[in-house]
Amino acid sequence: MYQFSGKLKMFSIALIVLGVLGIGIGFYNAPSTVEEAMEMVSSADHGDGHGAEASHGTASNEEHSSQSHSNEKHSSGTHSTDDVHEENHDEVTKDSHQSDDHSVNEAHGGNHDDAHAEHVFHQLQNRPWSAVYVALLFFLGISLLVLAFYAIQRVAQAGWSIVLFRVMEAITANLVPTSIIMLVVIVLTAMHGNHLFAWMGEGVFDKTSENFDPIVYGKRAWLNVPWWVIRSVFYLLVWNAYRMLIRRNSIKEDTVNDGYKLYKKNYNMSVVFLFLFMITESMAVWDWIMGLDPHWFSTLFGWYVLATLLVSAITVIAFVTIYLRSKGYLPKVNDSHIHDLAKFMFGFSVFWTYLWFAQFMLIWYADIPEETTYFVLRFTEYKTLFLSMLVMNFVFPILLLINSDFKSRPWFVIIGGLVILAGHYVDLFIMIMPGTVGGSWSFGIPEIGATFFFIGIFIYTVFSAFAKADPVPKGNPFLHESEHFHYFNIEHHSEEDNQH
Amino acid sequence: MSSSKVIHAFYNDDEVVLDAVKKVKAANHHIEEVFCPFPVHGLDKAMGLAPTRIAITSFMYGITGLGIAIWLTYYTMIADWPQDIGGKPSFSWAENMPAFVPIMFELTVFFAAHLMVITFYMRSRIWPFKKAENPDPRTTDDHFLMEIELHDNEEELTALLNETGAVEINVVDKH
Repeated sequence: MYQFSGKLKMFSIALIVLGVLGIGIGFYNAPSTVEEAMEMVSSADHGDGHGAEASHGTASNEEHSSQSHSNEKHSSGTHSTDDVHEENHDEVTKDSHQSDDHSVNEAHGGNHDDAHAEHVFHQLQNRPWSAVYVALLFFLGISLLVLAFYAIQRVAQAGWSIVLFRVMEAITANLVPTSIIMLVVIVLTAMHGNHLFAWMGEGVFDKTSENFDPIVYGKRAWLNVPWWVIRSVFYLLVWNAYRMLIRRNSIKEDTVNDGYKLYKKNYNMSVVFLFLFMITESMAVWDWIMGLDPHWFSTLFGWYVLATLLVSAITVIAFVTIYLRSKGYLPKVNDSHIHDLAKFMFGFSVFWTYLWFAQFMLIWYADIPEETTYFVLRFTEYKTLFLSMLVMNFVFPILLLINSDFKSRPWFVIIGGLVILAGHYVDLFIMIMPGTVGGSWSFGIPEIGATFFFIGIFIYTVFSAFAKADPVPKGNPFLHESEHFHYFNIEHHSEEDNQH
Repeated sequence: MSSSKVIHAFYNDDEVVLDAVKKVKAANHHIEEVFCPFPVHGLDKAMGLAPTRIAITSFMYGITGLGIAIWLTYYTMIADWPQDIGGKPSFSWAENMPAFVPIMFELTVFFAAHLMVITFYMRSRIWPFKKAENPDPRTTDDHFLMEIELHDNEEELTALLNETGAVEINVVDKH
């Protein structure tokens, strides 16, 4: 049996404390009045890690905010959308930025400055929330997708992965705390504790209000707060219910000895879960991520986020497995198991690229303004991240993991995995941030703090869950097959080290 | 010449033939060939064959396909008859690149796959209407056949092969 060492426990608690501090600093530094926000923008705003963006920071801020601002008001929306749209053709340079910015400003008329200030104020207020939200969805999503991957193993009656079952189950334990935090965020959001979702703003559904938004109004059957909360709670309930049941039954399988009756029951349960998962995951992604840009839509979005989270989830399984194996707690796991996980990392990286490109190319090709705004914003304000994400999520994994031998070496898997995880965090970052903080983004203490916080929770829950069960699922009928799993084409290096 | 005589050992299981190959190799006999109805994983390694280089050729064919796709899209869509792609008349290959990615992908795969198969056929010296070389039709159904050259050691080999679980052993003249 594995013992959750005190050292690791201290480390995870230290990460949580650091994370809370970072998140706290983020909230403390967020402006509480419009004046404060303007001061922040005009003075030291871009000293905090913008790097290349710093040079045209203020200009692009204004340019962007007038754009999404008019989106919210919509009456003048088409104006600025077209402007930005044009920019994309001309391969935006710093100069065209500023000149376009001017024309947008002029088009907006006199009271622009006040409205703009208030908009930046809301964006800066959103920043600590968004920082937590990105990290929260990343870790919630990873835990959920590990659960889904685990359910797939059960439904497919896969032979190779049985010795990894307890690792996967342990990782899904992280679903519980992340779901609870998500629930808190959902309740606070619904009670207007933050302005993450533009469509929850005041007067958006009120025809007499100046904030009235006819497009969001047309989606009111889906986009209304009570129905949003009910759905969100439903997703979390379904996922957690399955996790609780399958974990309990899986441990019971070890001792029950009932002619695999329980095993078949778990199979059926996993089939039902996968069916519900495919629906709830897609809908949760619409509600929690696509809803941040309520005018925009993509039918591929659920799949695309699924791919992002799935490749991250498998990477995390590989990391935890490699760590536990190096400590000697997984004697049955051999290089072929690592090799298979790395194959999935490689394969799903390509799958992610395929879906990302399928979504991008159709929008690029059709060139419809209400669709292209999504990429225009990301390509102007988040260009470095946007392009580096493609390298990290596609080019790097392809080059590093295409070699069969490399896939069974833990060091290569860890290097590749770190880049994949960073890349998909950035991917999620630029899915969420443009809709919440727009051009006022940066990567600093709140973001790092939130990530630390959730890594700490992850380590604490995962390793204490792993300590609670036998690392080998003795009752599984395919255990023997998994123990002897050997991919014919590779040498088992680590076993030679251990056994000879 | 005694070396024209070969011994044919039949097996009816891929695991058994794999173990038999290892045993025969361990006894320092040269295995001429193993005929199988389907590919047996690890057999090439057990027989001591050099690793295949077909992956390298495949990579080169893929690069060729990619290059041809880039040239093709450039020549047909930009240079020879400039096209307004998706309402974006930039007439630049780089700016229209997203539209060409599917073509680049398809031609890469097309070249890699087809030329790799053709290379494999040529290296294996097989082509349409060629007379089959396998010594026994059962190797296309459910039997595995190991062929070993004889050097006046018929009895010794037969004993060894019997030990490895062969279901039938024949000594034949190879023409």
